[in-house]
Amino acid sequence: MQKKKVSAVTSYNKWGYFFLIPFIVIFLIFQLIPLVSTVYYSFFENYRSGLKQIGPNFVGLGNYAKLLSQKHFLTYFKNTMIMWVMGFVPQIIVSLILGAWFTDPSLRLKGQRFFKTVIYLPNLIMASAFAMLFFALFADSGPVNSILINVGILEKPYKFMSHVWSVRGLVAFMNFLMWFGNTTILLMAGMLGIDSSLFEAAQVDGATATQIFFQITLPLLRPILVYVMVTSLIGGLQMFDVPQILTNGTGDPMSSSMTLIMFLNKHLFSKNYGMAGALSVILLIITGILSMIIFKTTAQNEVK
Amino acid sequence: MKKRWLAIGLTAAMITSMAACGGSSSTASKAESKPAESAATESKPAAESKAATESKTESKPAAAGDEGKVLNVEVWNDEFINRVTDHYPGYEKVSDTEGKIGDVKVNWIITANQDNAYQNNLDEALAAQADAAADKKVDIFLVEADYALKYVDADADVAMPLKDLGITDADLSKQFSYTQDVVKDANGDLRGSSWQACSAGMIYRRDVAQEVFGVSEPADVQELFKDWDAYKAAAAKLKEKGYKVTASANDTYRVYSNNVSGKWVQDGKVVVDENIKKWVDDSMELVKAEETGTFDLWSDDWAKGFFQDPDGKVFAYFGPAWLINFSMHADEDGSVGKAGGWALTTGPQGFYWGGTWICAAQGTDNPTLVKDIILTMTTDDAVMKDIAVKDSDCVNNKDVLKDLASDTSFGNAILGGQNPYEMLAAGAELVDMSNISIYDQGCNEEFQKAMKNYFEGNAASYEDALAEFEKNIKVKYPELA
Repeated sequence: MQKKKVSAVTSYNKWGYFFLIPFIVIFLIFQLIPLVSTVYYSFFENYRSGLKQIGPNFVGLGNYAKLLSQKHFLTYFKNTMIMWVMGFVPQIIVSLILGAWFTDPSLRLKGQRFFKTVIYLPNLIMASAFAMLFFALFADSGPVNSILINVGILEKPYKFMSHVWSVRGLVAFMNFLMWFGNTTILLMAGMLGIDSSLFEAAQVDGATATQIFFQITLPLLRPILVYVMVTSLIGGLQMFDVPQILTNGTGDPMSSSMTLIMFLNKHLFSKNYGMAGALSVILLIITGILSMIIFKTTAQNEVK
Repeated sequence: MKKRWLAIGLTAAMITSMAACGGSSSTASKAESKPAESAATESKPAAESKAATESKTESKPAAAGDEGKVLNVEVWNDEFINRVTDHYPGYEKVSDTEGKIGDVKVNWIITANQDNAYQNNLDEALAAQADAAADKKVDIFLVEADYALKYVDADADVAMPLKDLGITDADLSKQFSYTQDVVKDANGDLRGSSWQACSAGMIYRRDVAQEVFGVSEPADVQELFKDWDAYKAAAAKLKEKGYKVTASANDTYRVYSNNVSGKWVQDGKVVVDENIKKWVDDSMELVKAEETGTFDLWSDDWAKGFFQDPDGKVFAYFGPAWLINFSMHADEDGSVGKAGGWALTTGPQGFYWGGTWICAAQGTDNPTLVKDIILTMTTDDAVMKDIAVKDSDCVNNKDVLKDLASDTSFGNAILGGQNPYEMLAAGAELVDMSNISIYDQGCNEEFQKAMKNYFEGNAASYEDALAEFEKNIKVKYPELA
């Protein structure tokens, strides 16, 4: 009797495996196999010259050595990080403030739902369309320049696309605009998950709003904050569409807005699969290391 | 509930306003693909093309019964599509990317040219050619001078030699020799044919010439722009009156790069020719003096000068016949072209730009039809004349150009009634194609991009900008690394 029951349970449990099949198959075909083959191909010289295929010839770590010995690889990494930080810092600050306001019942904000919709809207637009729009807005004879000239702030058009910091600033601003709504909603979810009795207790004890925010909200929000930071970092390292479209793929001026993925795209465009594979693997390692650092530094207190 | 409707309403408003902005920004990409004056095509009376069809029906071979029913044509804009629609007898337009010739369906596969995108797409298609189903095979592809050599290469053997199709040298005898040099392989076989001769010149505004120099006729203006020193002096005069000599430094790039003494790539190394260096130096002078801009070609800012726009104020553009009828927005109100305000002269140095060659893809399943299209579109005197008269293209046929040049009743409306063909034909005789290579498109594009940094002061020196160019070209062509 007992034996029979166990076997009934196991045979029932086998359905669990059936339900896992779709995920496993898709994971294998679209994630694991490409991942392994990318690593594999990164050890080969494999590109096309004109209509002739060169390779694949095994070159060991040749592609990696070549990539790391070029100093522009570091420059592109630096560009990516600079533009990410420029966009992320204002993004997290604005999102925290908005999240705190939206979740604070004592403020009784009107039209909350409307504003929550509006701040999320930029994220619904395709990044490339958004970049195209900014490209037109900030063109030398675009609307922004003509407004600034008509108002009398500028005498002649400012070439937004020809100055290092204006291009980087625009990229960061666009990323900020596209993602602060999303971050706000994530942080709000985290804040609503905090036990409201804690806030009430603090209020009874006479804590100010600032004290509540720094002493209660922020520490209890840490898991969500870590999540937001790590996902944003990964997204930031993969920054591509906005600078690509805004600078027409050049990353100009002088490659100061060229990101790592734009560089990867250039290799892929010339069918240089070996080099592109090596670059992807390096990117994977960098992402892993940076994510570990964030985890280690922000999760320290909890371990204690 | 009210709030929800408000939110929906505002969302809709925002999205429509975004869409509206998107519409205006798409003009940039439109300009890139050299938009044809579709108005001209549409308004063409049907009777006219029908007449042309009937006069040609006897000579047109019905697609042989055992040949394919689908003709796939790889192109990068709608220029050739419009030429075929207007001038190929028996072609029926179904949609912008589809047509019919008899019972054969024509598929136009359009890929933008910029940044080697067209080449990459074509490479994929041709690599799959052998295994593709008959109806999926590429039958015709077009190439530009900048990369023609890559596709007409005898070893690669992706474009059929014209003699294999049954097209003889006698058929092509009226073409300019430069148009044949471009598509000649190492064995001397021709593997493509063009309907255009793209010798080019300086297209300037008559009214501005009159205002600044007191003369407006091509011969007089040519005297003022006869070499680069004269050009710079004239640019300074234009600046005094508030005009830029060209919209961008890139306008004159082709004039210098066509007059080089060596190829871009020699023995696997990128070599910057002295004349191209001279372009950098001359342009830097002009940019510093604010006598020209640094816009990208085909950008909205660059195209402003085609209009009588207070922001435009551009004296001249450099280009061949197709630029005049294809890119100068001459069908739009307020453009200089609509008012017939342009004139054409040789400028400081002769040059050519662009041009489209028709190649038959190796492995095509429609050889008879392909042969007929190549013969009709690039050698038929009547069709050539038709193209020259209706589309103002400079056709690749010496006899037709000679006739038109001496025809005093003929004039180009955009050029204020000037007959440009004598000058363009003379220019086409002089074009020298000995220094082209398969790397030209990449090198030309990357070099102009890199030098823009120098002109705008973002690169500290010419050497820095050159290093930027060399770095990018090695990514684009790994074999040069």
